[in-house]
Formats: sequence, C-alpha cells, structure tokens
Amino acid sequence: MSSIDVTLVEVAATLVLVVIAAVVSRWRRAELEKDLAVAVLRSFVQLTAVGYAIQAIFDSDSLLLVVALLAGMVAFGTFTARGRAKDVPRALGPVALALTVAATTTLGLVLALGVFEPEPRYLVPVGGMVIGNAMTAAAVALNRLADEIGGSRAAIEATLSLGATARQAAAGAVTRSLRSGMIALIDSTKTTGIVFFPGAMTGMLVAGAEPVDAVRLQLILLWSLLGSVALSALIATGLGYRGFFTPAHQLRDAGPR
Amino acid sequence: MPQGTTAVLGPSGSGKSSLLRMLNRLSDPDLGTVHFKGKDVRTFDVLDLRRRAVLVPQLPAPLPGTVADNVRYGPSLCEREADVNACLGRAGLARTYATRDAAELSVGEQQRVMLARALALGPEVLLLDEPTSALDEAARDGVERTLEELAEEGVAMVLVTHDRWQAERIASQVIELREGRVVA
Repeated sequence: MSSIDVTLVEVAATLVLVVIAAVVSRWRRAELEKDLAVAVLRSFVQLTAVGYAIQAIFDSDSLLLVVALLAGMVAFGTFTARGRAKDVPRALGPVALALTVAATTTLGLVLALGVFEPEPRYLVPVGGMVIGNAMTAAAVALNRLADEIGGSRAAIEATLSLGATARQAAAGAVTRSLRSGMIALIDSTKTTGIVFFPGAMTGMLVAGAEPVDAVRLQLILLWSLLGSVALSALIATGLGYRGFFTPAHQLRDAGPR
Repeated sequence: MPQGTTAVLGPSGSGKSSLLRMLNRLSDPDLGTVHFKGKDVRTFDVLDLRRRAVLVPQLPAPLPGTVADNVRYGPSLCEREADVNACLGRAGLARTYATRDAAELSVGEQQRVMLARALALGPEVLLLDEPTSALDEAARDGVERTLEELAEEGVAMVLVTHDRWQAERIASQVIELREGRVVA
C-alpha cells in the first residue's frame, strides 16, 4: 500500500465545510453552533492525540501496549454506553462484559483465522472499530430495553403473576432490544457500496490502494463487525434486564401509578 | 391472607392495589409483614407463592397467541398440563374461544381469559384487582356470577373494588381503606 501525505493546511481548508454547517445552524436557529465548535475542537484534539499514541505504539511494536490501548478503549466505551443508556439500572457490569467479550472474541477469531497478522498496525484500527460498534450496539439495545420494559410494565407484571421468572417475563423485551442493537449495522451492510462508501474502504482508496483490495478489506471488517455487534447486544441485554428486577422477581419501582 | 371472599373497598389512591400486590409479592411493604398460611410470605419460594395466590390484573394483559396459549402458559412454566376447556368453562367462556387470538377479543372476554389462565394454576387464593372496572353492566354481572360460583367451589378470593354494592354482593367480609389506612 502506498502512503500519502496530508498537510495541516489541507486539513484547515476543510473548515470551510464546517462554516457551512455553522451558517445553516445560525440561519435556521438550530442552536448547534456551540456543539459544532466543541465537536470540531474535540475531534482535532482527540484524533491528534490518538495519532501520536498510535505512532508511538507502531514504533515500539509492542503487543502489550496494543492490549493496554484496547483495554482503555473498552473502558471508555463502557462509560460512554452506560451514559447513553442512563435509564437502565446497574448497566455498568453488563456493558463492560459486552464490550470485553465482543472485542476479545472478534479480534481473537480474525487472528486465529489468519485474516490479520498480530501486528499493531492491524490490531489498533480494527480493534477501535470493533469496540466502537460494540459500544453503539450495546447503548442502542439497552436504551430500547428501558423503553420496552417501561412501556410494558403491566404486561410484565401480569406474566410474573403467573409464576414466570424475571427472565421469562422480560424475554420479549430482551429479544426486541437485541434486534434493535443489531439492525442498524445489518441495514447499513445491506446498502453498503450503493448508498454510501464505508470509512475503511474510502480511506484505502484515497490512500491509493487497489479497489479490489479496498473492497476485500471492507468486507472483512463489515462481517467481523456483524459478529461483534451481535455478541455485544446479546450480552448487554441478556444481563442488563436484571437491573430492572429484584432478586425476588419483582419489577423495581413498580408501585401502581 | 383471609379465607372466603374478602372485598377491599376504598377510593382511588387509597392503597387497594398496593395491598393486593403485596399479597403475591409483586412488591413488598416498607413496614410490616404479609402472612400466608400463617407464615411470612417472604419465607415462601416467590414463584410458588405466585402460583398459589394468583393475581388477576385490573386491565387485561393477554400474551401473544390464542386463548389456549394464554391458559397453558402458567402451568407450562412449572411443567404442568392445563385442562383448557375446564378452565374456560369455570371462567364462563365457551370452548370455541380456545383457538381464538386473545388480542382480538373484547375487553370483557379478555378479562375472562385472565381469569381462566389464573384458574389454570389451581390457585388457593385469587387476587382480583377491579376485575369488572373495564366492563359494562351486563358483562360485569356475568363476571360477578362466575366469581360467586368459584367461591362456592371453595376458591378463596381477595377482591379489590371501589364499588360498595359489588363488595356487598360478593364478599363475606369487607375491609375499607382510605389513604392507606383501614377504616372499617
């Protein structure tokens, strides 16, 4: 793969597009200018920092550092997902386990199958994608779980009243939440290449790779992500439902009205 | 938990439903204990307790599927068989209902399905939360007759209602609640 140089001047030039977004926001009173400024600033700082970190890891060629970085990503992703699914009680444990299992299983399998060499230049970006998608899937699924359980308290309690366990009473809600955590990636995988070009493929093409290589790498990533997203949503919802119940199979805060 | 048919009477918000929910441990009281067969309900296996003191909710909440699916659900959880026709009969529903989609029945019919699936567990006590509040007068009278027949069969009942006349028609004793306190 050839590499390309991107200068800071070129990066700065694209701020013109950000200005368009700011003008739109100001003109239509969407009140997003401040968020936009924060987003631009944070993306610059965060990506620059991670760029240097990755550079250092590549230079050191140490797998231990890679593992440490991925563990940091899992930790950060766990807190982010928990923050997004704030209506789910005691979500931290399920989310942490979901991201850890999704990351280790997915990366472990692509290494075991010989898809990638165990080198930092593969593990870091692929791990980041896997963890990021697993985080989104867990957050979406848990948010849906809170809505599902909140919206069917009467039905769940009616089922509990027939001697069902919390797991049995929540089964429908858990399944629908699992689906919602997986469906976005499945849908975007269906339309990939037609409606939008995924990031990795775009990056490789811009960097001058052969289109066939870019496409193959993208397929590997998309298909791996499907597995990791499914694992993450499965664990997050399969354990997360417990936060809504007491050990005596009671729906928490279930006083009538 | 008393024998016979006990009506719990009181205005909305007086704590009738909360009381009923403590009897099958959908919730626990902040203070005090609830007794069943002379023992604190918390000493029973909670799932077993809910199969012996079965709560029929105020609003029907049928499971997806047919009426027969609904009746079989509770017993299937503890590997028991349900006599669907017998349960339907005791709840005042014709056998032809068994194959119908529970979601497509009227509220009155669904309320009877709730009763039938509760009976399928062979409960010692039925906990009824305003079982006729969503029904018109004719349907209400029908459900009341059914409850009276069940009482004659020896099923103990705790009936929550805001309808003094219903309480006096059906119950052998009446407890009256106001603002969470027993007043009569």
